[in-house]
Amino acid sequence: MERYIFYIVAAIMIVFAIAAVNSRKMMRSVIYLLFVLMGVAGIFFLIDYNFLAAIQLTVYAGGIIVLMIFSVLLVHHIELEMEVAKTSKRILTAIASLIGIGIFLITIYSYNFNVIENSKTTTTAEIGEKLLNYGEGGFVLPFEVISVLLLAVMIGAIVIAKGKKLEEKKLEDGRQESEV
Amino acid sequence: MIPGISIYEILTLTTVLFFIGVYGFITRKNLISILISVELIMNASVINFVIINKYLYPDMLQGVIFSIFIIAVAAAEAALAISIIINLYRQISSVEVKDTEIMKY
Repeated sequence: MERYIFYIVAAIMIVFAIAAVNSRKMMRSVIYLLFVLMGVAGIFFLIDYNFLAAIQLTVYAGGIIVLMIFSVLLVHHIELEMEVAKTSKRILTAIASLIGIGIFLITIYSYNFNVIENSKTTTTAEIGEKLLNYGEGGFVLPFEVISVLLLAVMIGAIVIAKGKKLEEKKLEDGRQESEV
Repeated sequence: MIPGISIYEILTLTTVLFFIGVYGFITRKNLISILISVELIMNASVINFVIINKYLYPDMLQGVIFSIFIIAVAAAEAALAISIIINLYRQISSVEVKDTEIMKY
């Protein structure tokens, strides 16, 4: 049963990924990406990492996709078709990608993975303990670094997205003061 | 692990996803589409981390924790990239790659 679910999810992911990089309408391409991300969450559910699947759904489907839709609507007309690369360039890139896939698959299939049969379920508590563990093999330092990074990105995104206006305001203020 | 599915099949899936992302990254001419392709590449790498953790080292959690960090960094990157794109659109009224040449000088 899980086997067929995996095949269906994999087919959906590949089809929608190809559609996302080939669609000429921005909005549709973002929605196709949403289906790919949901497929990733489905694979996490299949291998019993429920916490990771929940993170994937909230951060990607709930956060990044909404941000992208927002920016597409701000930047584009919804019916606008974008220009595509030349056909020769697309074919050349496709051939290069196929060669890359071939090399990767040859390498993967020639390596003998030492797979351990298991059906262990990881609980969220274990992940939390590992993240806040400051002993050997703990991850508390990267955890704190990531939180500082997120704060910096928050401030940086606000400053960058309204940068022009602040500058104009300063220029206008300077002009007014010099006139006075 | 998924019953009946070997690690090779899942690694094949992530390889295909990764190279679809690379194809989109090279052929697209629009900043937001390039961002979409980067997200595809990052998701393929996240699945790889998780799958290798589950199939080869089921007693450890390093792969899961690294993929949480990758997701956090990807979210940060998307937010910054979109704020840069919106700022760029205000200044030059376009998000095409060929129009963004301010940083070249």
